[in-house]
Amino acid sequence: MTTTTPGRLAGPAPRRHPSPAGGALVLAAVLVTAVSVLPIVVVLVNALGQGWSEAVADVVRPRVWELLRNTVSLVVVSTSACAVLGVTCAWLVERTGLPGAGWWRVLLVAPLAVPAFVNAYAWVSLRPAMTGLGGAVLITTLSYYPLVFLPVSAALRGLDRSWEDTARSLGLGRWRTFARIVLPQLRPAVLGGCLLVALHLLAEFGVLAMLQFPTFTTAILDQYEAAFDTGTGSVLALVLVALCVAVLTIEHVWRGRRGHARIGAGVIRRPEPATLGRWLVPGVSALAVLVVLALGVPVYSLGHWLTTPGATVDGSALAAALGSTIGLALAAAAVTCVAAFPVALLLRQRQSAFTTSIERLCYLASSLPGVVVGLALVLLAIRWVTGLYQSATLLVIAYAILFLPRALVAIRTALAQAPGALLESARALGDSPARAVVRVVVPLALPGILAGLALVFMATTTELTATLLLAPTGTQTLATGFWAASSSLDYGAAAPYAVAMVLLSAPMTWLLLRQRTVIA
Amino acid sequence: MIRRLVPAVLAVAALTAGCGSSDEAPPLDPDKLTIYSAQHKNLVDAWVKGFTDETGVQVQVRQGTDSSMGNQIVAEGSRSPADVFLTENSPAITVVQDADLLAPVDQTTLDQVDPAFRPSNGLWSGIAARSTVLVYNPSLVSEADLPASMMDLAQPEYAGKWGAAPAGADFQAIVAGMLEMKGEAATSAWLDGLKKNAKVYQNNIATMKAVNAGQVPMGIMYHYYWYRDQALTKDGSKNTKLHYFKNEDVGAFVSVSGGGVLKSSKHAADAQKFLAWITSPKGQAAIAASKSMEYAVGKDQPSDPALPPLASLEAPAIDPFTLDGPAVIELMTQAGII
Repeated sequence: MTTTTPGRLAGPAPRRHPSPAGGALVLAAVLVTAVSVLPIVVVLVNALGQGWSEAVADVVRPRVWELLRNTVSLVVVSTSACAVLGVTCAWLVERTGLPGAGWWRVLLVAPLAVPAFVNAYAWVSLRPAMTGLGGAVLITTLSYYPLVFLPVSAALRGLDRSWEDTARSLGLGRWRTFARIVLPQLRPAVLGGCLLVALHLLAEFGVLAMLQFPTFTTAILDQYEAAFDTGTGSVLALVLVALCVAVLTIEHVWRGRRGHARIGAGVIRRPEPATLGRWLVPGVSALAVLVVLALGVPVYSLGHWLTTPGATVDGSALAAALGSTIGLALAAAAVTCVAAFPVALLLRQRQSAFTTSIERLCYLASSLPGVVVGLALVLLAIRWVTGLYQSATLLVIAYAILFLPRALVAIRTALAQAPGALLESARALGDSPARAVVRVVVPLALPGILAGLALVFMATTTELTATLLLAPTGTQTLATGFWAASSSLDYGAAAPYAVAMVLLSAPMTWLLLRQRTVIA
Repeated sequence: MIRRLVPAVLAVAALTAGCGSSDEAPPLDPDKLTIYSAQHKNLVDAWVKGFTDETGVQVQVRQGTDSSMGNQIVAEGSRSPADVFLTENSPAITVVQDADLLAPVDQTTLDQVDPAFRPSNGLWSGIAARSTVLVYNPSLVSEADLPASMMDLAQPEYAGKWGAAPAGADFQAIVAGMLEMKGEAATSAWLDGLKKNAKVYQNNIATMKAVNAGQVPMGIMYHYYWYRDQALTKDGSKNTKLHYFKNEDVGAFVSVSGGGVLKSSKHAADAQKFLAWITSPKGQAAIAASKSMEYAVGKDQPSDPALPPLASLEAPAIDPFTLDGPAVIELMTQAGII
């Protein structure tokens, strides 16, 4: 204590600084959470607003069973297929002597750069008869298996071989070692990936509309187009929300509480790659077929339609769509990251029932399909907040609700770079809470914040469903421009929009490869 | 390096975000005549230009679709900024009419329009019309095997043989005509047949192109998609022909596009003037000139010469203000189509 500031010494003992989780922070975090949860509340109020018996009648009708059968069979079949493909590919790339493993890793993740509805367009425009469950399973599996592949290969790289050695030395064979030692350690990664796949499938609209395979999401949009805001659409949306909650619950239960941890300071022993031997040729061929189907077909198809003569491409409309897409995506990225910041700061505090519920609510709200968020915001704007209807502001709010977890994950990781002790030091040296955050936390967390901005930006550029519902009149994004052309089967005119979206999505794939985690 | 770049990136992001929000539809100017339009954009643009050139009245247009715009006006109620509402089909404007939001149209305007294509209640006027057609692929179904009535398409022999876009406002208008002519039981039974027999497409153009590509032999849609494609590249229709049911069949239904003036309009005189202009000979001639291939509905007004005359279509006589959109939605929901 060599301070010479007399005032400091003469004054009363300094008041204990309130923790950064001061009133303002809590208020901001609660506000963000409340906005995230708003869609569920609006849909619930609208569904039940028509009366309980009407709502029940809307649920108990043959159409709902048909939609339920379609939705559940798609989710079960495609998610299982993604799990098998993802784990097999990850094992081949990470644990065998596969030649050119690094290249295969890039090729196997690359399909993420092709939005699923562009992939569907690529297939359907070449093979129009490819409709129904079979086509839907094929397209969605090819589009979403990387969501399992990525976390599982990351997990495989992190495994310590000594466990397997121990198992082998205790007499387990190679396969039983895999089943009893490796697979259980992969479980969180596989389940996490499958959860993402299932949530994507529940939210999927473009692929299924194109393949004429109705699910809850397509039916909600049909209801909206036909009847605008009847309770029926909201009831269907509620059933869809229930399915999302069911998927989250199943994942939570299956994941269980078992953990696997290494204790000790030793370096992880990298496993010896298994030799493929006579499986080399079949293994490489299978991967090649997969890459051709998942990547080759869309690339070929887009090239085909781009170069087909007679394709009428309106250059100025394309440029306008590109401009509004980038504008909206930048706005969404900025708003989402600003909104995620207080929540991330709060979640850094000591865990309590309060912070846990904030976290759960934020993630639940954003596992909602775009159609539910879009529908809820339309209802909200037309009934209660009329000034916002058909404004870009409302659309940006929808994006922020949908993509908050992406920003949240990135910013929480980033904040880990700025330990609380540093913040306290800044406060002790006289910074106000806000100034301390800006001067200490923000610079240290910047790379992560930038990653969050990029993730939200790229997710926004290919968002279709909420954009269809909320885009201001006269505003077309790449996704809606693509949709307008391709739903009129004008494949040539749709191609440039699709290519633009693929080019904007490509950096995300690169980011994901670098980060080795899935935040999609 | 990164630290220096970041504030710059954030600043650019914030700036562009600002531009992004200015990129939305500009706020409506309360001094201008405001049109909520679900009609074809190029036709409405031509109407607005002609009207403003002649009268000097400044007009702004908010473009949308039948169902969402009609319901938006109802939700906005008496606060609606809309002065005029233009639709593609009648049910969207009857929603506004039934909410008691429309002011009666000037009699001189009504007198310009063929009485067959305007509602008898005078609360709105026909502004254009479109006819139901069966588009078919002659290599898959011969003309002799086409159904005599649209009602026949619900029969088992047409299972998988036809396509339609039932979620769209166009198709709902056709079903509203059926409901008016045949009653609820027959319409409900026909919709059950549709559910069993029809292939469902996103919209009329997709239906036509699917018929053209031989994916389905027949499709129900409106006539103008075919004539527009024929006038341009023929890419989506060269393998197809049109069949008109005629004979006052349900399938000969002619859908009237409506125009009305809102009771709450603060520019009521200009709004009436606009409606009078688009139904006048000049306004109706703009329909053919815009190549939208819709029918003119003004008395003795010619439509595009490529079209068979409206009078030759033998459409059923239906007073369009009776078309009940919400009832159709209800029946289609019951049938499990939407």
